Amino acid sequence: MSSKKKKKLSKTQQKYQSFAQAREPKRPVLMNCLKAFLVGGLICTVGQFFQWMYMTFFDFTEVSASNPTVASMIILAVILTGLGVYDHIAQWAGAGTIVPVTGFANTMASAAMEHRSEGYVLGVGGNMFKLSGPVITYGVFSAFVLAILRLIIEGLGGM
Amino acid sequence: MEKFLLAFLVGGAICVIGQLLLDVLRLTPAHTTVTLVVAGAVLGALGLYEPLIQFAGAGASVPISSFGNALVTGALTEAERTGVVGVLTGIFEVTSAGISSAIIFAFLAALIFKPKG
Repeated sequence: MSSKKKKKLSKTQQKYQSFAQAREPKRPVLMNCLKAFLVGGLICTVGQFFQWMYMTFFDFTEVSASNPTVASMIILAVILTGLGVYDHIAQWAGAGTIVPVTGFANTMASAAMEHRSEGYVLGVGGNMFKLSGPVITYGVFSAFVLAILRLIIEGLGGM
Repeated sequence: MEKFLLAFLVGGAICVIGQLLLDVLRLTPAHTTVTLVVAGAVLGALGLYEPLIQFAGAGASVPISSFGNALVTGALTEAERTGVVGVLTGIFEVTSAGISSAIIFAFLAALIFKPKG
């Protein structure tokens, strides 16, 4: 908690914050990083296998092959999510499963499945993007701003 | 064969960055992915992400940061062809496969599977 936020709290609240902070279990950062590295690396190696397949058996280049590769990884992740396997891996691997696109597909599929009981239109349709929405929103907005900036700089003769 | 090793190393390294954002900066998973997407978009706008994909293959294109890069790349290539309007029409051009397959298969999963756990 930042010191700016802390000033707004009352004495008792400040006391509680330091009390809670002292008792919070220490995170095994190094171990978590190792797990994330192993699992994330493995997921990317599977992706590399798909990319290799698209490049050898279909006419894709290094850069254009990433498109169908991502789609294949998403299908794989959705199936694993449906079978309940992905969440078990995610509990162990942390960011190793959140950072690859498979994590994006996992949040969409799990949100869609979880809200089915609320109906197909408002439940599945309305909640599918509940967890993955921020990625799309911020991705699209930042891409828009950056593309405009780049065009302006190029127009002025830079880059 | 060395491509597989590069994909493993670079992809793993990007995931370690994500894990550090989670553990050291105490971000939520949503904040972590958003940060990486915006970082990917910035690298894409500077023209630095494409060389990384050429170098590491799926190690750079599977992490979510490539989503940001793909959005910027789509917008810029379309803008080259049709002018400023291309930024709007081209933004989803490259990521279309990812987004549409995610929607289609997530919906199918909701029809077929029952939530577990």
